[in-house]
Amino acid sequence: MAEISIQKNIIYLSGELEVPSIRSILEQVKNAMTSNDVPQIIFDLSELTKIDSAGVALLDEIKARFSAPDRSIQFLNTPPQIQEAIVSFSIVDLPAESAAIRKSFFESIGERVYKTITNSGDLLFLIADIFYWSIIGLFRRKGQREGSFIQQSVLIGVNAFAIVGLISFLIGFILALQSAAQLRQFGANIFIADLIGIAMLKEMGPMMTAIVVAGRSGSAIASEIATMVVTEEIDALKTMSLNPIRYVVVPKFHGITLTMPLLTVFSDFLGILGGFIIGITYLQLSATAFLNELVTVLILKDVLTGLFKSVIFAWIIIIVACYFGLKVTGGSEGVGKATTASVVASIFFVIVADSILGLIFYFNQPIY
Amino acid sequence: MNPIIQVRNLTAQYDEEIVLDDLSIDVYPNEIAIILGKSGCGKTTLLKNIIRLYQPSSGTIEILGQDVTWMEEIEFNKILRKIGVLFQNGALLNSLTVADNIAIPLEQHTDLPPSLIRRLVREKLHLVELDNAGSLLPSQLSGGMRKRAALARAIALDPLILFGDEPTAGLDPVTAAALDQLLLKLRRLLNMTLVIVTHELTSIQRIADRIIFLDRGKVIFQGTLDAAKQSSISTIQRFFNP
Repeated sequence: MAEISIQKNIIYLSGELEVPSIRSILEQVKNAMTSNDVPQIIFDLSELTKIDSAGVALLDEIKARFSAPDRSIQFLNTPPQIQEAIVSFSIVDLPAESAAIRKSFFESIGERVYKTITNSGDLLFLIADIFYWSIIGLFRRKGQREGSFIQQSVLIGVNAFAIVGLISFLIGFILALQSAAQLRQFGANIFIADLIGIAMLKEMGPMMTAIVVAGRSGSAIASEIATMVVTEEIDALKTMSLNPIRYVVVPKFHGITLTMPLLTVFSDFLGILGGFIIGITYLQLSATAFLNELVTVLILKDVLTGLFKSVIFAWIIIIVACYFGLKVTGGSEGVGKATTASVVASIFFVIVADSILGLIFYFNQPIY
Repeated sequence: MNPIIQVRNLTAQYDEEIVLDDLSIDVYPNEIAIILGKSGCGKTTLLKNIIRLYQPSSGTIEILGQDVTWMEEIEFNKILRKIGVLFQNGALLNSLTVADNIAIPLEQHTDLPPSLIRRLVREKLHLVELDNAGSLLPSQLSGGMRKRAALARAIALDPLILFGDEPTAGLDPVTAAALDQLLLKLRRLLNMTLVIVTHELTSIQRIADRIIFLDRGKVIFQGTLDAAKQSSISTIQRFFNP
């Protein structure tokens, strides 16, 4: 530990000036400086036996903090080994850190607008690339890994069946339960079949499937592609004369395009099953009455509307995931950010698309 | 002289595969010990066992005179504060700037005021010649810069022992030589002991005091570089004259 003793304008430092004693030495020097207004303060370092980088930083700090036009600070009698450490570690002669340049308000706005335009252009190019190579990929398998379409279909679709099924069942169940109390008041129990059938097929089935797939597979796709960018795997593919969109993205695009409608049909079925259970238990409908009403109210267009939506949602999920994955910057931090951004943007655009499609189909629907 | 690191009868394995086999080594204060050997011979495993990132199957490890093999984590953390580790790829935290990376051990393990911590960070950055890189993120650095930034973080607390896993691998000769000179300077200024795993022969020639040569998890040679070059062991001969 270092010791400090003060005699008039001379401060003696002795012992080992290292991390454990720095704070107390600094406090004592501060007190000495405030109670001493002589024009010259001398630090005698002759009794210092050891100094570490924190000790050197302390000496620099003393000089920087307490030197003034009317007060000079000097370090004298420095032993050679201490002097060598001071010379090696000290940064007192370096120029001060330059302050970060702050952008003006208009510069910030301009930069954002410019970035948005550039990013939109990149997104359009990506969409064009994905569709072009996906159509080419249907006819020519070269440039894609053997079996990758099946593998992706299993990863995105088959492995999601359980969670999509469970969530859809619970959604149908809850929807029916909440509606049942209202319908009962008007003796309109049978209309639970209409409500659940239309809601699941046209809205909740495609939407819930898309949200689950965006959270489950969209995030996986974004992080996989982002990791490939960060670890230069995408660059490696390019140097092997392989188109990364064709090799990496197209199998996922085909896989999700095939499996999303199938998942949606499954979701519709289990959602209706949830409503059916409430219908025959809580509302005491007969199974035949429920199914008859369901068959009467549903038309083919409702099924097709849901399936059409599911394909659009699938494309949104895959395009957004690929966009954020390919645009990643930085290391592991960037991968995490890309994944989060991808999921948030996917769900947002799925809901926006659902609203737009909902409006379009609303003005074209038959009157029941 | 008592060794600063003493490893006795160390055996380490991954599942059934024995990676270190009844290995014993000593490292003495203020020396630069180079751990050498072919890829897969257990060099990095040895290093990670000594700093307890891996736990050995049997044997003992003493650091600074204390048996750390099964030491309580709280106790071992006190030892770790006297140790710096330079990882092969830097292992900087990507979400923090270079300056923030270097400040981590200073903020967590000292009671220094913030102004002094900032000064110390600049000191370390200056030492590794990265004066203007403090505000950059690790992803904005080149490979050589990242290694130097990682070294600055490893020596933030002026450790007594510095472990380095391939510190000069992948660097150009000029940067590698500068890094070696920096390690020598740190050893002199801070009385540091260095344990370095490396394959770089030029680097070994510049800094090595003693060579510890591993082959299939066993120590087959310990001694100076000149003695290693004159060794009659065929594995060592092939290493120096491939």
